[in-house]
Amino acid sequence: MMKGSGLRAYALLYLLFLYAPILLLPIFAFNSGTVISFPLKSFTTEWFGQMFGNATLRRALTNSLIIAVSSSVLATCLGIFAARASTRFAFPGKGPIMGLIMLPLVLPEIIVAIALLVVLLSLGMTLNVFTVILGHTLICMPYAAVILSTAFNSLDRSLEEAAYDLGETKWSAFRLVILPLVMPGIISSLLMSFTISLDEFIIAFFLAGNEPTLPTYIFSQLRFPKQIPMIMALGTVLVVLSIVLLTIAEYFRRRGVARTGAKDTGGFL
Amino acid sequence: MASANRSQAAQGLSLIAPPLGYALLIMAAPLLTILAYSFFKDGYLTVIREFTLENYASVWADPIFHKIMLRSLGVAALVTLVTVLLAFPVAYFLSFAVPAHKKSMWLFLITIPFWTSYLIRVFLWKVILGYNGVINSGLTSVGLIEEPLTFLLYNVNSIVITLAHAYAPFAILPIFIALEKIDRSLLEAGRDLGESRAMTFWRVTLPLAMPGVVAASLIVFIPVIGDYVTPTVIGGGKIPMIANMIQAQMLDLDNRPLGSALAVTAMLIVAVFSLIFVALNRRFLKVRQ
Repeated sequence: MMKGSGLRAYALLYLLFLYAPILLLPIFAFNSGTVISFPLKSFTTEWFGQMFGNATLRRALTNSLIIAVSSSVLATCLGIFAARASTRFAFPGKGPIMGLIMLPLVLPEIIVAIALLVVLLSLGMTLNVFTVILGHTLICMPYAAVILSTAFNSLDRSLEEAAYDLGETKWSAFRLVILPLVMPGIISSLLMSFTISLDEFIIAFFLAGNEPTLPTYIFSQLRFPKQIPMIMALGTVLVVLSIVLLTIAEYFRRRGVARTGAKDTGGFL
Repeated sequence: MASANRSQAAQGLSLIAPPLGYALLIMAAPLLTILAYSFFKDGYLTVIREFTLENYASVWADPIFHKIMLRSLGVAALVTLVTVLLAFPVAYFLSFAVPAHKKSMWLFLITIPFWTSYLIRVFLWKVILGYNGVINSGLTSVGLIEEPLTFLLYNVNSIVITLAHAYAPFAILPIFIALEKIDRSLLEAGRDLGESRAMTFWRVTLPLAMPGVVAASLIVFIPVIGDYVTPTVIGGGKIPMIANMIQAQMLDLDNRPLGSALAVTAMLIVAVFSLIFVALNRRFLKVRQ
């Protein structure tokens, strides 16, 4: 059938447009020319070597990992509460409360960052990795809540009731019945939040003080043309890492959907 | 039953308390602080807690603010228009032409670039569009052009291209969801009643997809207005948008009351534009209920 062949061609072109910058990244990461332009020079892995020998970069990586692990765990814990409350219980003010929790999704990050910065400074707090975790947990929380709501939503309530009838308490029913069923959602939420935090720039830029994170380090190097090939190499590693993490997250999300027997309604968000 | 409802409410509220508390403490309280600061006076390195409307008066009287705000609104409107127009056929294709079992794979493919380093993607657009960039050096080496195309770099066009690329998945998903909700028998009914395919699209599909289009527009428009990275990296600091102005006022010039007034004013303007936009599309949004 011919239906949609024009549309298909358009969609493929659109995908190419979406992927164009990412596809260029490895090309220049392995190109020995120091200027990012065509024609290409020869193949090299020098930039990757330079990357591994860079002490500031290692520090930025350590900071980013600490921040990403902490914020993804915190955001997922908060997300579990929000998802459980919103899918299982009716309570007064539910709409506005959930709206407030989801607000960081649409609020420009610069506003969140600046507002938090002003408050932290006026409280006399020093800016460090911890203050970035505060901010990242906030922006990861809505994503975690959305992913986990899907997981909790597809739960069959009779399973929980059966556990109560068999003498389980609220907590043991949650731990023995609900938690295993939503575990794929939890893993998916952890990985998503980790990816978001690892990649987040604005909040880290304002709230990290003198501590570098990967994105703020990249930003600081962009104005030095000499550093660009190494940044391309770093970018390649980060993109590959994100794709791997997201693929695992997607795998668990789908498994969670399949486990509870619901219909798959599609990707993230 | 009443007591069961009450205990439901109590359980729900106690569960929602931690995330709600976090959002209040880390987001709502700082935003209210900004709001309070915007009515305070600026002292040297401190803030004088005295009520004043001076900050707002000077924001509104500032011609630079007018220029930058208009530019931000213009860029955001253009980016929204471009992203939504480009995204609609893709969403339509996903919903109507892709078989059900392949849909989540397509959605996954579309969202992947969105989750990979925003900063590096923005910088790569600078590289692609630059004076010696990929497009120019590519076209020159092929012999198509002799002089690099300067209209691509360091101007509003390049900011629009970069942002349209960055926010593309934001536009596709809401439209896709709206299209998925359309009852397919309505379209068949349209065809059976003798409408052409184009007329069925125009009179049935498009109106039913409008809530998704409205949602997509807002989801792109609001964050784009507040974007900081793209004007900084692509515009080379020469084409500031409102986020750059807020940052400069708050940190570089350390005038927090004025910076706060700027942030509050910008948020109000964005809110007003969004509400007007929703009101204009009220007709379509009502159909749904």
